[in-house]
Amino acid sequence: MSAATQTLDTVQSVTQSGYKWGWETEIEMDLAPKGLNEDIIRLISSRKEEPAWLLEWRLKAFAGWQQMTEPHWARVEHAPIDYQDLHYYAAPKRKPGPKSLDEVDPELLRTYEKLGIPLKERAILAGVDPASIEGGSQVAVDAVFDSVSVATTFRETLKKAGVIFCPISEAVRDHPELVQQYLGTVVPTSDNFFAALNSAVFTDGSFVYVPKGVRCPMELSTYFRINARSTGQFERTLIIADAGAYVSYLEGCTAPMRDENQLHAAVVELVTHDDAQIKYSTVQNWYPGDAEGRGGIYNFVTKRGACRGARSKISWTQVETGSAITWKYPSCVLHGDDSVGEFYSVAVTNNRQQADTGTKMVHIGKRTKSTIVSKGISAGRSNNTYRGLVRVLPQAAGARNHTQCDSLLIGDCCGAHTVPYIESRNPTAKVEHEATTSKIADDQMFYCRQRGLTEEDAVNLIVNGFCKEVLKELPMEFAVEAQKLLAVSLEGSVG
Amino acid sequence: MLEIRGLSAAIEDKPILQGIDLTVPQGEVHAIMGPNGSGKSTLAYVLSGRDDYAVTAGSVTFDGRDLLAMAPEERAAAGLFLAFQYPVELPGVGNANFLRTALNALRRSRGDSELDAVQFLRLARAETKRLAMPEDMLRRNVNVGFSGGEKKRNEVLQMAILRPRLAILDETDSGLDIDALRIVADGVNALRGPDFSALVITHYQRLLEYIVPDRVHVLAGGRIVRSGGPELAHELEAKGYAGMLTEAA
Repeated sequence: MSAATQTLDTVQSVTQSGYKWGWETEIEMDLAPKGLNEDIIRLISSRKEEPAWLLEWRLKAFAGWQQMTEPHWARVEHAPIDYQDLHYYAAPKRKPGPKSLDEVDPELLRTYEKLGIPLKERAILAGVDPASIEGGSQVAVDAVFDSVSVATTFRETLKKAGVIFCPISEAVRDHPELVQQYLGTVVPTSDNFFAALNSAVFTDGSFVYVPKGVRCPMELSTYFRINARSTGQFERTLIIADAGAYVSYLEGCTAPMRDENQLHAAVVELVTHDDAQIKYSTVQNWYPGDAEGRGGIYNFVTKRGACRGARSKISWTQVETGSAITWKYPSCVLHGDDSVGEFYSVAVTNNRQQADTGTKMVHIGKRTKSTIVSKGISAGRSNNTYRGLVRVLPQAAGARNHTQCDSLLIGDCCGAHTVPYIESRNPTAKVEHEATTSKIADDQMFYCRQRGLTEEDAVNLIVNGFCKEVLKELPMEFAVEAQKLLAVSLEGSVG
Repeated sequence: MLEIRGLSAAIEDKPILQGIDLTVPQGEVHAIMGPNGSGKSTLAYVLSGRDDYAVTAGSVTFDGRDLLAMAPEERAAAGLFLAFQYPVELPGVGNANFLRTALNALRRSRGDSELDAVQFLRLARAETKRLAMPEDMLRRNVNVGFSGGEKKRNEVLQMAILRPRLAILDETDSGLDIDALRIVADGVNALRGPDFSALVITHYQRLLEYIVPDRVHVLAGGRIVRSGGPELAHELEAKGYAGMLTEAA
């Protein structure tokens, strides 16, 4: 048996045991009845005590959605989704939007503790001087449990800096002018089927506003957890960096193991004004389903950033290891002259997972620049597709793009596909595309093992080496987590 | 320390080794010479456990243990090191990280404590300096963008850091200029001692002027056809393989 075959067997032996976030929290839920109609949307809107304009906005999106059909151009296959068989609202039975961690159900806090998410603002809330615990690497966390945000930490520290970081449902109440000004301006309700659905039924998510000239004093993070059965999660995130502002935002996701497929259709909108910068990092680890492809999250996500200001920058970094299906194209629309868009991605698929992911870079402003680095790793019987669009409009003189797509195959039952679309309508633009596909070669495995590494260590080392360009873009704490996650996703014996 | 008895091996049903008998006692350096296609590299791969080769007969013991029953990483842990004829590139994997992972795997398997990054770098820098290699060798990715000579020197650096009990050098001299050859030889000679044995596989006698072997074996047609002292290498150089093989026949 060749080294690669043995590796393949090791990889294929990964089953549910490898997913250690698969437990369920026993908690009383407030569930909307199954099904989707105007009444359900009104119910969501009233539960959230929303203003009339938002309800209208939702209903308009819903009307649009009813005219749309599910897209099928991606290289993914799934059984038909029954949109009437889902709960569109699920919240732990407590008043949503607690003022402090003390108001949060202890069972929820234990859930996040078990997930390793530090909701450690307790000390501050208890009256400890924030200055005494600042410094080091602090991360402010917004935790979203099914449909609602359960806790947001470090709010006071952020408030001092003028940064708004809160559940979007709360932003609708407290900062309606900001929400109304930006919501749906990057991803319109009519953008696509899943974005329209999200606009109609979104329940929570994070809202960030960083005012002019402010560098956000800490990393902001949202942790998404799907818990309830037969629910969809439709979160909506909106991040605005005003002129000269900077913010780094992290997003993590997990879900219990179930033999049903659960739908996750999020929308993320980013806006940067002149000289502003948003760095958005994701470690996506939704339950991927078992070895036979039973269960797992259907992850249909629309993420887009608009570089509205000159010299502004939006950078997407994603490590995608979870979900049965990933359909996700974090994109940048480069309006501002000299604005910069970046996309760094590692997508791992194993067993029966399917990923169709990539980005869109739309160059509008002069001398706009974009960089795309995509690393796809396929194992088991999975399919991994990079799909990317680089579009240069006629006015984007001097635009530049560099795209690098590398695929790594483990075993010979998996697939890697690269689908680049390039449309350049300005003769001064430079667009470069490089793509490679490689296998973990027998001689690489043998070389490592001859030096004393086990097969698992060798695969780990080679995969991490393959992803290095992307992993180094992640904030330190996330990079470590991501490396571990790659090991778990590919190896089975770990975790 | 290394006992090879009647070893035969094939690749894809094609017999390559046809009954090798060879003993390398502890502390000795033996050279294996032979024409192209005689089975030299196959012997190196079979001893280190590459699974493209099927052992069809014979036995190999290493310190009394059945070598052929061990996985490649177990052989490495037991102290066997192969300097590859064609060292493999590992894109994105730093040389220092690779070596530390390897060294710590070996130390773990022997029950020794692992070295942290600082301890390891101190050791690695000292060895790099001793072998007159540029320090950036440690920072670069394993063999990526290395010249042929640099790759071979990197093998010797790995050997110096991993400190094997038996090193197999598979044509480490091929493609080296005279300066690089000296560095490689110095690296091997520095390890020589009662606890170090080596099997130096080479096509040419040149390397053996710098690494003087205790014994020389001539491999042809998958068998050892002659064995002798270091003078055998000189005889080979004078007569050529064809001449010697005619005599042996």
